Amino acid sequence: MNLFASAIDWILDPANYVGLNAIPLRIGQHLVFSLVTVVIASVIAIPLGYLIGHTGRGRGLAVTTSGGLRAIPTLGLLTLVALWVGIGVVAPYVALTVLAIPPILAGAYTGFEAIDRRTVDAARAVGMSELQIVRKVEVPLGLPLLIGGLRSATLQVVATATLAAYVADIGLGRYLFSGLKTRDYAEMLGGSILVILLALALEGIFALIQRFVVPRGVSGRLASTPTTRTGSPAAAR
Amino acid sequence: MFTHTRGRLALVSAVAVGAVVALAGCASGDPLDEGTSAEGSETLVVGSQDYYSNEIIAEIYAQALENGGFTVERQFRIGQREAYLPEIESGSIDVFPEYTGSLLQALDADAPGGTADEVYSALEAALPAELSVLDRAEASDQNSWTVTQAFADTYGLTDIASLTEVTEPITVGGNSELETRPYGPTALKETYGIEIAGFTPVEDSGGPLTVKALVDNKIQLANIYTADPNIASNDLIALEDPDGLFLPDNVVPVVSDKVDDSAAEILNEVSAALGADTLVALNAQSVNDQAAADTIATDWLTEQGLI
Repeated sequence: MNLFASAIDWILDPANYVGLNAIPLRIGQHLVFSLVTVVIASVIAIPLGYLIGHTGRGRGLAVTTSGGLRAIPTLGLLTLVALWVGIGVVAPYVALTVLAIPPILAGAYTGFEAIDRRTVDAARAVGMSELQIVRKVEVPLGLPLLIGGLRSATLQVVATATLAAYVADIGLGRYLFSGLKTRDYAEMLGGSILVILLALALEGIFALIQRFVVPRGVSGRLASTPTTRTGSPAAAR
Repeated sequence: MFTHTRGRLALVSAVAVGAVVALAGCASGDPLDEGTSAEGSETLVVGSQDYYSNEIIAEIYAQALENGGFTVERQFRIGQREAYLPEIESGSIDVFPEYTGSLLQALDADAPGGTADEVYSALEAALPAELSVLDRAEASDQNSWTVTQAFADTYGLTDIASLTEVTEPITVGGNSELETRPYGPTALKETYGIEIAGFTPVEDSGGPLTVKALVDNKIQLANIYTADPNIASNDLIALEDPDGLFLPDNVVPVVSDKVDDSAAEILNEVSAALGADTLVALNAQSVNDQAAADTIATDWLTEQGLI
């Protein structure tokens, strides 16, 4: 409890709000790093996930591969990449992108698969092209699950982005490493609390977004009956 | 129900007490217990840090003691100093390879620096009564400010003070605690007037990432242990430290009072043979040849005629 109080004191200490190691600066770096990582991972994972979800092909491969990616220890990967490209932000970006891809990929293709096949068939029957089906039917209907994937990826990246400080002078991880090594546990715990608060804040934002992206007309249906995710497409086939 | 529970409690207690008594009986009947043991047959516990080089030294101590007729129990790779120092102080470890300056600073944060002998004497005084240090070796493994040979050649660098000759910005790299250490970037500026442009954390304690950063010129100055074979194999150079910015860190065995004169003599012979360049050679066998600590230890002891 005492340690907790000193951690709060550390967060509130005005001395930690000036210079190159100031708390707002570190939070900003952490945030920018995390968001850029999620954007890079999205650029890779969303089109791939949509392709798998739309065609229904390569799902097995995607599940195995993303399962494998999840199993890679991030610190180990970061060290390996850093030994190859050198220290700096590149290695953490690569390692954290690998961490963020599986949930986004899963969110993208399960979003498509969760759609009732009859809806897609109906769209095809009224003469929509495949591209139109993707754009006007599958993407909007799959959005809640995609946002769910992004939310999970963002949470993992924000919490793990502390590792960026292993080889670069950025992020809230700096407080964790320096607190740990100099046995300044107030700093270490204070840094951890900031990471937790940041993660919770982003969670809140994503929870709101997820509520607003449910298209009118299907409101509540996908969100409230998640069992249809795996049930209906299989049944339709 | 109540009596049933009570009955079970009583049974559990009886078993527990019985076990304690039985164990106590074992302890008093221990054939290796002091008093009944013949000279040189007592079990000595040898410990080591969670650091490959320290384990090699511990293995050398262990094998030398075994050769002298002692029974040795190995407790290796315990952790860092915060973790194992209480264990040594409590007497559960009898022999531990240590480094004079670093141990002195751990025991007394305000300890002044000095020559290897001064630090050794200060360490003898700083140790708790139940512990002592045997003879120190010439071999040492200490912190250093290290640069690449090319960087040193460009500016004619030899010692730390000559870093003032450098005209390009110097970025320091190392574990984040380096930033606040008494020999860190602040000390370089205050003691020598060396301009440090920035600090980049590389949290692998002078390991391969730090070496690569230095070779890639992403950092220009790093803290690498002097016994690290990477210094030689990557054309690095540890700057000389004539003013004693770093405390000398000679290898020394810290021992409990269970270590008798004959055991002390064996360890002193080992320390006498551990010359200044020995440690780098031993570490190189581990880093470059991936040899195991016990193999390295046996080879070296045999070569020195100690076993």
